[in-house]
Amino acid sequence: MTDKPRTLYEKIWDAHVVKRHEDGTCVIYIDRHLVHEVTSPQAFEGLRLAGRKVRRPDATLAVADHNVPTSDRALGITEEESRIQIETLEANVREAGIQYFGMNDKRQGIVHIIGPEQGLTQPGMTIVCGDSHTSTHGAFGALAFGIGTSEVEHVLATQTLLLKPAKTMRISVEGTLPVGVTAKDMILAIIGHIGTAGGTGYVVEYAGSAVRALSMEGRMTMCNMSIEAGARAGLVAPDDTTFQYVKGRPMAPKGDDLDKAVAYWRTLPSDPGATYDVDITLKAEDIAPQVTWGTSPQDVIAITGVVPDPAREQDEGKRAAIARALDYMGLTPGTKMSDITVDKVFIGSCTNARIEDLREVAKVVGKNKVASGVYAMVVPGSGLVKAQAEAEGIATILKEAGFDWREPGCSMCLGMNEDRLSPGERCASTSNRNFEGRQGYKGRTHLLSPAMAAAAAITGRLTDVRTLGH
Amino acid sequence: MQSFKVLTATAAPLPMVNVDTDMIIPKQFLRTIKRTGLGKSLFFEMRYNADGSEKPDFVLNRPAYRQSKILIAEDNFGCGSSREHAPWALNDFGIRAVIAPSFADIFHGNCFKNGMVPVVLPKEQVQQLMQRATEYPDQPVTVDLEQQEVRAGNLVFPFQIDAFRKHCLLNGLDDIGLTLQHGADIEAYEDTLKQTQPWQFT
Repeated sequence: MTDKPRTLYEKIWDAHVVKRHEDGTCVIYIDRHLVHEVTSPQAFEGLRLAGRKVRRPDATLAVADHNVPTSDRALGITEEESRIQIETLEANVREAGIQYFGMNDKRQGIVHIIGPEQGLTQPGMTIVCGDSHTSTHGAFGALAFGIGTSEVEHVLATQTLLLKPAKTMRISVEGTLPVGVTAKDMILAIIGHIGTAGGTGYVVEYAGSAVRALSMEGRMTMCNMSIEAGARAGLVAPDDTTFQYVKGRPMAPKGDDLDKAVAYWRTLPSDPGATYDVDITLKAEDIAPQVTWGTSPQDVIAITGVVPDPAREQDEGKRAAIARALDYMGLTPGTKMSDITVDKVFIGSCTNARIEDLREVAKVVGKNKVASGVYAMVVPGSGLVKAQAEAEGIATILKEAGFDWREPGCSMCLGMNEDRLSPGERCASTSNRNFEGRQGYKGRTHLLSPAMAAAAAITGRLTDVRTLGH
Repeated sequence: MQSFKVLTATAAPLPMVNVDTDMIIPKQFLRTIKRTGLGKSLFFEMRYNADGSEKPDFVLNRPAYRQSKILIAEDNFGCGSSREHAPWALNDFGIRAVIAPSFADIFHGNCFKNGMVPVVLPKEQVQQLMQRATEYPDQPVTVDLEQQEVRAGNLVFPFQIDAFRKHCLLNGLDDIGLTLQHGADIEAYEDTLKQTQPWQFT
């Protein structure tokens, strides 16, 4: 080991090198592997064909989330391919001896919600899953990133991956967030600032006083969307907020182990003087509630802004991309963002379906009703989030306001199950991607925070939550 | 894994930035439990009308490009989700190499696992290839992995590629097999981990 000050990322990397090859490629040990139904069947099939076994079923957790219905679970899955995919997962985990949260288990939920909820996600770990939003777990000071199915198979067989170190980027947000501005607005503003490919090749560390002040839920929201800026992983240094959150969860260390673990976790934050390949600072005070206008998460603007005009863009490629996005979104340049009406509101996804998100929604909704003509759905991130929201009275507030209160899953974030936009429908969504067709064929997505989604549900249009007097 | 050495074929131009994996293969095709059969659904929404008929203007529907094995694309190709269904769909259609100024990380890595080459070239060189492929679809493009060159008529563009990944592609080597050769190192690592972080094993 050298005495050179190291970043959080470099410390985790160094601690997981099993073998370093001459060209810099490393065999990196993977501490935890999350598995879901969509990106794993071909990996298990590959293992079987090669006669290989799952090396560490005890370090692996499986759940069905992408494909599950969010309506009455007792009815089962009517869509045949979805049902086969989930049955395949169930057969695979049974054969391998992997712990699995089935569709009727109250711990079932979105893979990136249940990992932290169960205490599986811990500081200093390497965590992977065949899903790009695995970056979520970086909120705990873990190195967590999405992998393809071939890499899922590689991890199942060897508990390692072949990797080269990434470049490092630190994004600091300093100051205090204005009232009505949340972690979601921070990360959307960051993506707008560095662009959807700005983080490609980097691991991003989020720092600064505004990030330190966030709850674990807020930090997860930020790290979750790292991939929308092109970064495979994003992380936040672990601190007392982190340790408090992990403590007492079913899969977290206990007793002496916990003391030892916390002592180790305290050594992880970046050393003073550690350097990054890129260092960016934003001011929290400059961030307003954000909303997207286009078909890439970088197409983002303050709610107080207007739809951009492609004619004012100098770069030909960008001009074409803006024009294509506006055509798809059915928007006219110069339209005030707050004049755009919505048909649907989706509150859910691995970005924003935690208890804190639902509390914010309930706070904004209060005694108001969902605007007439608007369909608003809430899909809690897990069965436990759902139960907690019901116990806290959140579910009652939202149901009385006219929200559809659903069962947990990925749902309309990607529309693999029945929850989808129809062509031309416009949706205010707390999810992470506004790509063409993402929430349904020709569906139109505006990404925003849970508080802003609640405001849109009440007024029937994109609305600056700060104007509602909360 | 299928090896890749030299490929000479029709190249299809796709002049769009940020082509995401939802565009390459939309969600409804992710319910499969197989790696094959996705080629017909590649670029589904750009390629087909709502009634299932082909959109005649889409590049892969035009007669000159139907047999393309190379795709010429723009910045940040393959952004978005980690779905390996994206390279599977391209591969199943017959596309074995994508040439672009930049790729999203996960897609880029996924290509190598499927015997496909993501070639990164400077933007102006990609533009030249794009223009050529648009004007002369019948003139093939060569992606030569051994020489690390893209050749098209008089154009010869060298490209960089990770030496280990090149070696695996040329020889069709399976990563897992290679890693398992380090089985003793992995075991030693785990033994140490059990001592230093016992809480990971309870």
